Formats: sequence, structure tokens, C-alpha cells
Amino acid sequence: MSQIASCPLASDIVKQVQEGADPSQFVDEALQRAKDDENNAIIRIYEESAQAALANVKERIGNGDQLPLAGVPLLIKDNLCYKDHLTTSCSKILEGFVAPYTATAVQKLIDAGAIVIGHTNMDEFAMGSSNETSVNGNVKNPHDPERIPGGSSGGSAASAASGIVPLALGSDTGGSIRQPASLCGCVGFKPTYGHVSRYGLMAFASSLDQIGPFSQSVSDAALCTDVMSGHDPLDSSSSSQQHDATFEAVLAANPDVLKGKKIGYIAEHQDQLTGDIASTFDRCKQLVQEAGAELVPVSLPHEKYAVAVYYIIATGEASSNLSRYDGIHYGFRDDEFEDLTDIYYKTRGEGFGAEVKRRIMLGTYVLSHGYYDAYYKQAMRVRKLMCNDFEAAFKQCDVIMDLVSPSTAFKHGERMDDPIQMYLSDIFTIAANLAGIPAISVPGGKDSSGLPIGIHFQSPQWSEKSLLSTAAACEQLFQA
Amino acid sequence: MAFSIDEVKKIADLARIDFSEAEMEQMSKELDAIVHYVEQLRSVDTEGIEPIAQVTGLVNVVRQDEEKQMFTTQETLSNAPQANEVAFLVPKAVER
Repeated sequence: MSQIASCPLASDIVKQVQEGADPSQFVDEALQRAKDDENNAIIRIYEESAQAALANVKERIGNGDQLPLAGVPLLIKDNLCYKDHLTTSCSKILEGFVAPYTATAVQKLIDAGAIVIGHTNMDEFAMGSSNETSVNGNVKNPHDPERIPGGSSGGSAASAASGIVPLALGSDTGGSIRQPASLCGCVGFKPTYGHVSRYGLMAFASSLDQIGPFSQSVSDAALCTDVMSGHDPLDSSSSSQQHDATFEAVLAANPDVLKGKKIGYIAEHQDQLTGDIASTFDRCKQLVQEAGAELVPVSLPHEKYAVAVYYIIATGEASSNLSRYDGIHYGFRDDEFEDLTDIYYKTRGEGFGAEVKRRIMLGTYVLSHGYYDAYYKQAMRVRKLMCNDFEAAFKQCDVIMDLVSPSTAFKHGERMDDPIQMYLSDIFTIAANLAGIPAISVPGGKDSSGLPIGIHFQSPQWSEKSLLSTAAACEQLFQA
Repeated sequence: MAFSIDEVKKIADLARIDFSEAEMEQMSKELDAIVHYVEQLRSVDTEGIEPIAQVTGLVNVVRQDEEKQMFTTQETLSNAPQANEVAFLVPKAVER
């Protein structure tokens, strides 16, 4: 049985509701599809609060409010706080945690008329590339239940790709939106660092984390991001610049947009591509060239160090961020302890899963006395070199086109025994987080087994409009 | 460089995580492999390069120091494994 369906786009729902359609039908249908989900993508469905939110949206529409997301059903990743609802980052250590507030990004979508219908499955604390570290169990890839959906936002990706909802939120620290979008066959967008407030997103690596949407079209991703973005006094790293809305431009984009555009491709990656992935990328390159774009080879000489830099910086930040889970302030506390210190040891030993503990340990090590300069400081220097590489590359091209993942979806269990192999799943996506640039995955084709292949577009910081317009034009070319 | 069991114990103490002997064994092997992998950064020439932690150019973001109620005491304590009306409760930590 095919688990891929389609639901109306968010922009179509909004249009119909604005023309007088009852938003209930869209939300009820999404709730039903969520209940019928066979991929373990959704861990909690919020029927009651969805109906209450719906009543509120209807009232506001009745009062003449123009809501940019009126009646759009939305799923959110389990690391995004939603007031009065369990929010657990799929970790035992947050067992029973009821969020006392709502994340800013989610609140902005709610204020715009979106209806949250549930929380999605994810790798524990967003640490994983296959959605196999969740305390709520594995998520299945909608194209093949024996395969992983990618991670860490596997549940949100599977939900958008299988047509349960038109919009789902994820978070991306090293590829956690784009890689699962690529492997599940939907759109996944990570905006520029600081474009969307991180307030209410459970912190993993604060200098890299960014919230973004999954959708079935680039234009819906633009619509959602327009609503979510902007400065938030509760997140001092959020941008205080004014940013242009992108949706209208993206909706109007067609392949003509590509005429005269300089599209870069990463020279160093070309000999790493094999088989169907290589031929799909060649086809995509040919299509953009035929549409009038100029293909330019660019070099990112330090990108090969991205995984190493990431596993120092991200784990260092995580070891600090996750020190708050102490068995005292919230969540799980192990029952058997002798004294205060013992609560910390037992709660954290019992409450965190293996991958999270591995990363806390690595992060603690690289920040510890005697190793800080050798590892952490050196990683921060190489990070700077990587930023410089992008700066140079974007002098030669407007957008870089690449692959999201070096492989299509692999089988459950295949990489769980080898952390480094698993980490290398993100080899093409991490650099964008380290440089803070926006990046998107757009479906580019399928391999011979019918598994999706995502094409990766990256552009300079704050060039969302150009990036998303290019991606929308390419989306049309690749689908044809 | 070997990531010894003693090293694992030391780091586990810093991170306040309880591990079984078997987990320590496993952790020592895995961390050894990962640390070996990241060692490749040592060979990168970073002479004269300033370390960077913030990539969008923000420096020292400040705001007015204004009093504001974010959460009530009750909300703050609502998720605690053990609390009374006004405080988080922990086992006695200081001996008389």
C-alpha cells in the first residue's frame, strides 16, 4: 500500500477559507490522517485543543481578520514547546514535562491561524540522522517501511511527505530538516541563523540551531517562514533587521527566474557521487542549464572538515545546554538515590539515551581543561575558514546547487553500531549550519528503488528571497 | 591516543552521568574512534585565523533591565519531581 498521499497546500487552504470555506474540514481531515498514520511519525494528537483553536480562528475570521494561515493544520516537532501540552524531545528525561509556554515560532503560526494538531517523533534531543534514537521508537520512511526517514526531524518529514499535513515544523542543527526532507521526498527549509526565534526550542547547539518548515511546495515553505521570522526580544540571537516577505515572489517564480542566474556546484563533491544519485544530479544540472542558468564550479576547500568541526562545536554546546536536565527542575528523576549528587548521576544515567550520553561526554571532553585549545578553539578557527570559503564561492555564483545526502534512505539498524558512519550521513548539510546560511532541500528525482533524492540549494545569509525563488523554479523543472 | 576507562570515568564525573562497567567499556571504544576522527583538524593551517562562535555578526546584544513577570511561582514549579509551595525540594545537601 502506498503511504504517499497529497493534501491541499497551505496556500490553497488559506485561499479557500478566505473565500468562505469552513476551515473545519481541512483540520478534521488532517486529524483523521494523523490517526491513520502507520509510520509512527506522530507521537501525540491534540484533537481537543485543535477544535478549541479552530473555534477561535473561526471567530476571528468572522470578525474580519485576515489570517495568512487560516485553518492550516500544523504538526510540530517534539522539541518545540506548546503550552499546556507534553513536550519531551522524545527523551525519557523529559517524561511528563508539560510546557508552561509556547515557542515563539509556533505562537506566531497560531496567531496567523494555523491549527496545531500534534507533536511529531524525532531523534532524542535532535541527536541523530535516522530517527532511531527516539524513546518513542523508530519512524518508518513513507516510501519503504524498512527504511529510515532520516533525522532528526524524521516524524515531521514523514508527516509532510505522506500528506498528513501541508506544514510541519522541524529544527536543523546539522541537517535535521533538510536530510529527512531529502530522504522522505518533501521540501525542507533551514532559514538563515537568527531568522526565526529559537525561544521555546529545546536547545541542542545554540550557535547552529534554527527552526524551519517541511512542506509539499517551496511556496508553502516561504509562506510559513514569512510568518515565523523576525526579531524576538526573548531570543537575543534573533535578527533585528527587517526582512522582505518572500511568499509572493516565490509563488510567482517560474523557470524564467533562472535565466542568467549563476548556479554554483561544489567541485570537491563531484567524484563522491555515484550511481542514481550522480545521474539525478547530472539531470538537474542539465535542466537548469537548459532553462538559461549558468553553471559555475565553485570550491569549498575546508568543507571536508565540516563533520569534525561540527562534532566538536555541537557537542561542546550540547554538553552545556543539557546540563539543565538534573532531575530537580523538571521531568524524570530516578527513584533510588543516596544524596543530591547521586540524583544527578542516576537521573542523567537513566534518563538520557546512548547517543545523547555519547555527545555529552564528547562535548565535556573537548571543553575540559587541557583540551579546549586543541579541539574547541581549533574547531572555531576552521569554522571561520569555512565561512570564508562560502564568501568566496558566493562571489562567483548566486546560489549553490548540490545534493542533500550522499545516499538515499538506508535500512533501519544499518548505521546504529557505527557512530562515525552515522555522522557522515550529514556530510553535505552541516556546512550551512556552521556558516549560518539558508539552505533548502527540494525533491530532485528518485533512485531505481523509488527512493527520493533531494537537491540542496544554499545561498548567502539573508538571501531567502533569491534562494526560495530559485528553488521554486527548479522544483517545477525537476517535477516535469 | 587511547581513550582509557579512567579517562571515561573522569569525563563522566564532570558530566554527572552514571555508567555501568559495560557502558564505560563501550564509551571508551566509541569516544576513542570519534576523537581519532576529529584529530584531523590539528593538521589544518589556521595561522592568523580568529576563532568564530557567532556567524551573523552580532556582538553583545543588550536590552533595558526591566522587571517583567514571565511565569508565576506555581508555573515554574509545576514540572518539578518534588516541590512545595515555593521551592524545588532536594535531599539535604549540607551537614550541620
